[in-house]
Amino acid sequence: MNMLEARGFGVSYGKVSVVRDAHLQISAGQIVAVIGPNGAGKTSLLSALIGLASAHGSIVYEGGNVADLSVEARVRRGMCLVPERRELFGDMPVEDNLRLGAFSRPRRGGEAAEDLAAVYARFPQLRERRAQLARTLSGGERQMLALGRALMARPKLLMLDEPSLGLAPRIVRDIFHVIADLRRTGVSILLVEQNARAALQIADYGYVLEMGEIVLEGPAAEVAANPRVINTYLGLAARAQ
Amino acid sequence: MMRRALVLAALALLAAAPLVLPQFQVTLLNYIGLASIVTLGLVLLTGIGGLISFGQAAFVGVGAYATAVLTTKVGMSPWLTLPAGLAVTLVVSLFLGFITLRLSGHYLPLGTIAWGIAIYFVFGNLDFLGKYSGLAGIPPLTVLGWRLGDERAFYYLIWAITLLALLVTRNLLDSRNGRAIRALRNRGMMAENFGVDTARLKIIIFVYAALLAAVSGWLYAHLLRFVSPQPFGINDSIDYQFMAVIGGATELWGAVIGAALLTLLKAWLRDLLPRLMEQSGNFEIIVFGLLVIVMLHRTRDGLVPYFARLIPTPAQRLPKKVPPLPPRTQPKRDESLLQLKGVSKSFGALAAVKSLSFDMRSGEILGLIGPNGAGKSTVFNLMTGVLAADAGEICFRGKRVDNLPGRDIARCGLARTYQHVHLVPSMSVLDNAAIGAHLRGREGVLSASLRLDRAEEARLRQEAACRLDWVGLGAHLFEAAGTLPLGSQRMVEIARALCADPLLLLLDEPAAGLRYLEKQTLAKLLFSLRERGVSILLVEHDMEFVMGLVDRIVVMNFGEKLAEGSPREIQSSPEVIEAYLGSVE
Amino acid sequence: MNLAIALWLSQDAVTNGAIYALIALALVVVFTVTRVIFVPQGEFISYAALSLATLQSGKVPGTIYVLIGGGIIVAVLDGLAALRRRSLKSLPESTLLNIALPLAIAAAARWSASRPDDLLLQVVVTIAIVMPLGPMLYRLAFQPLANASVLVLLVIAVAAHYVLTGLGLVFFGGEGLRARMFPALQFQVGVLTISGQSIGVIVTALVLIVLLALVFGRTTYGKALRATAINRVGARLVGISSEFSGRLSFALAALIGAVSGILVAPITTIYYDTGFMISLKGFVGAIIGGMTSYPLAALGSLAVGFLESYSSFWASAFKESIVFTLIIPVLLWRSLATRRSEEEDDS
Repeated sequence: MNMLEARGFGVSYGKVSVVRDAHLQISAGQIVAVIGPNGAGKTSLLSALIGLASAHGSIVYEGGNVADLSVEARVRRGMCLVPERRELFGDMPVEDNLRLGAFSRPRRGGEAAEDLAAVYARFPQLRERRAQLARTLSGGERQMLALGRALMARPKLLMLDEPSLGLAPRIVRDIFHVIADLRRTGVSILLVEQNARAALQIADYGYVLEMGEIVLEGPAAEVAANPRVINTYLGLAARAQ
Repeated sequence: MMRRALVLAALALLAAAPLVLPQFQVTLLNYIGLASIVTLGLVLLTGIGGLISFGQAAFVGVGAYATAVLTTKVGMSPWLTLPAGLAVTLVVSLFLGFITLRLSGHYLPLGTIAWGIAIYFVFGNLDFLGKYSGLAGIPPLTVLGWRLGDERAFYYLIWAITLLALLVTRNLLDSRNGRAIRALRNRGMMAENFGVDTARLKIIIFVYAALLAAVSGWLYAHLLRFVSPQPFGINDSIDYQFMAVIGGATELWGAVIGAALLTLLKAWLRDLLPRLMEQSGNFEIIVFGLLVIVMLHRTRDGLVPYFARLIPTPAQRLPKKVPPLPPRTQPKRDESLLQLKGVSKSFGALAAVKSLSFDMRSGEILGLIGPNGAGKSTVFNLMTGVLAADAGEICFRGKRVDNLPGRDIARCGLARTYQHVHLVPSMSVLDNAAIGAHLRGREGVLSASLRLDRAEEARLRQEAACRLDWVGLGAHLFEAAGTLPLGSQRMVEIARALCADPLLLLLDEPAAGLRYLEKQTLAKLLFSLRERGVSILLVEHDMEFVMGLVDRIVVMNFGEKLAEGSPREIQSSPEVIEAYLGSVE
Repeated sequence: MNLAIALWLSQDAVTNGAIYALIALALVVVFTVTRVIFVPQGEFISYAALSLATLQSGKVPGTIYVLIGGGIIVAVLDGLAALRRRSLKSLPESTLLNIALPLAIAAAARWSASRPDDLLLQVVVTIAIVMPLGPMLYRLAFQPLANASVLVLLVIAVAAHYVLTGLGLVFFGGEGLRARMFPALQFQVGVLTISGQSIGVIVTALVLIVLLALVFGRTTYGKALRATAINRVGARLVGISSEFSGRLSFALAALIGAVSGILVAPITTIYYDTGFMISLKGFVGAIIGGMTSYPLAALGSLAVGFLESYSSFWASAFKESIVFTLIIPVLLWRSLATRRSEEEDDS
């Protein structure tokens, strides 16, 4: 079953088009990676899928077209974006950031408390920092908080924009483990990464976006083995080895 | 030609109007002229510069009261009171500009509201200004012995000044500083990086708008020969601002359109509404308010575009061949050019750059690479004064630059491009590129207003055209920059940086969004620049592009220097591979 | 000046300062959440004061027509938007909120007008009339332009101020009104006579400030508003819509405006445009707080109260000029404290 399918999908700012006629599909429970160089339109693609940027074309999510819905309505239906810039509430404590993550869900009984405990169990560092203001966190903790805040919404489709951005390898490793682990709980994941190798290692399916167009797609292993991809995105390693 | 004919026809109509129209309509036209002068200042200030003032009526009041007091109490000639009124306005507006314009945008309107209200109550409470009943008996103006005693005679003076103001403002915008003014609104940081003192320029346009208002006040006092505080209150300031919004800022004569529309509407509504309501009062403000709300919901450009469509745009031509601008002397090859010593920068707890040091020699192409988020763009921002370093030193040719504002660093010979394109989208490609040559011109605001800057301006434009031709955009000089595809916009940025004739060119991901052939062209261009002695520091993600182009590479990760060396050394460095690929296993 | 006069002036200063502080808080809420510099705040004050005085004179205030008319326009626009989306689900709620509720409030106003001595009812009805105007104003004037620059929003705010002031003139005329004093209480403390009115104002202001602090610090909706103020994109990504925050902050502003109006109504004669001047003094307080700091805005407002009160004693003709000139040194100080020129906002 398709979780999300975008057809004839395009994004433009004024007269400049940044994504053109893309066709993108995410099956339920899969991790789909979109890789591509800087400026290819990856961030614009995610912004448009969640509704922050206006797009044309259709976005069918869980069988219904959500292209006309607001960001908030999409969030209520279980779409969730962890943006590249994290967009945390810097002047609020960590715990308030997390609690607000559940804003879109009906506030019933202990559900939120359970989820909060689950997030703390996943990221024990956040529990230690629960009373600290979000803007005092380090880069890795910020990414954990952004991810934790998204999980509080119990997303069905989680979109991650460059989760490895600016993080030390050890933390990248942790974050990618969490992502792989989330799939096991049934969350579908759309992963946009510059770190092509890491992304393709955990993904089921991959798209390559260049200059606003999807130039290649296929099962992740095939994409990773494609000579062109090796040359362009894994190039440094390929040449060095 | 068509355009010239239309302008002549409009002038003829304007000249004939008082000869055929009844008195009442001449009076209205006079008020339209007076309001146009004030609104013109606001079109420049608000529409183009992106600054809002709610104190214009108070400046009109200063001009009016200055002449009223000095002519009636001191017996001065009206032609001497004009400079006196302008001098007072100059002092007040300079002061207000100085204290508000360095703060974020909303302090100017708030500051001017407060100033406007304060001065209104001063007008109304000072004995020698006649309190709320005002000052009467202001003498009429005489021009060359001709007494401008009636409305019709005064009409010509008002409109002559209005047209003059339009002309001078147009000249100002069509100049080196004019381009910088048009960049103020959203591209102030970019303008600073090319040597523009944006704070000074903001103060200049604020003072200019205030002076226009004072001129209008001076005319008003001699037209009515009576002043009282009423027309200089906050509501009148709001009306002027609305005229500018409704007229729009895409063309300067939007000021006349806005002034005419609101003046006529006000005259009509003041007559109609109180009769409908069966009570007196300024009910027209409801209509004005609704008009502005509905208008802004539909367009930010005002009414002018609807009129502008009827008028053909003049064909743009390149300037005739003029002597090129003198180039800078490039330093000798292999001198020490740039040094970073222990530079650090944090945002909150996030350390973006940690004790970074590297050197660059003249004539080099140096690549700065590293994963996204490694701090490369922050380094560029530190080097160009966009951000201030927390610690460390940056020296350019032995001179410390990290504590200088961006515009002074530009003076040293650094020019840059941006990762996210920073062009003025509504301005032509040529003008955008010419901003880069800002520091290679000298002419100021005054000489531009009087059209004394033409020789230099032609050379600046020629330089821009030449650089654009170089990057392959010679056929698009007069198109609006915002309509070009993203790749071409990046090339405009490079042409703009080249216009500065830099010693060191900083390129932030120049190849992003370029197609293969375009990348080849860019590489060729950069090589030829190096041949001429220009040094280049570039941040880039396309490894193939970087490796084939640069002499040396600095690799950054987590804000720190990870490795430094020739492309070959870097490609075989195990640490670099580990950092770049950050394998999950 | 002797001690008695000084104390009397101070009492006056604190009373007025408390009202300015309330208004400054409303301005800071609206600005931080929606980036709107809320010039029309003053009209809520005028509307509330004049509505209260009109109810006390046994008549139905004209503001009720503003409420009903605004509601109809909102309902029509919502209806059109629903038709365009081809989904009529939101219509019953919109009709209830924008048509039925104003009509119910109108009925309450009629009833209240027939009971000119029931002060509590008058206060409740006045708040009920003014408070919904906030979200309506947001919906009509600001929501369609939520992403515009601060300056465009400011021009809209000034335009809305024009419309509301003009409507105030239509419905209340140019004559001023004054509400009856609340139960006359007086205390004698030394040489100073403390009026019950002053105490009422100060206590109400304090209670409201504490309530607001609790709302923002403890409740989910309050935190959601703060989240929007801190990071608009982040807030939308957790499902807090800008519309929701906008309407809620405007409702708070209107509530504060209504309470301020009720508090000043018995102290001074209010004209249709008096609220504007009162709110401008709140603005001076808010500017002292940089438009973002609540405690500084409140303190600044108190300073405005003292300056106004004492200058009315020393130089009453220049009272207003002196108060508004206060922001000059404040701006000067802020400007000198800012090293680099602040970032411009994209429009």
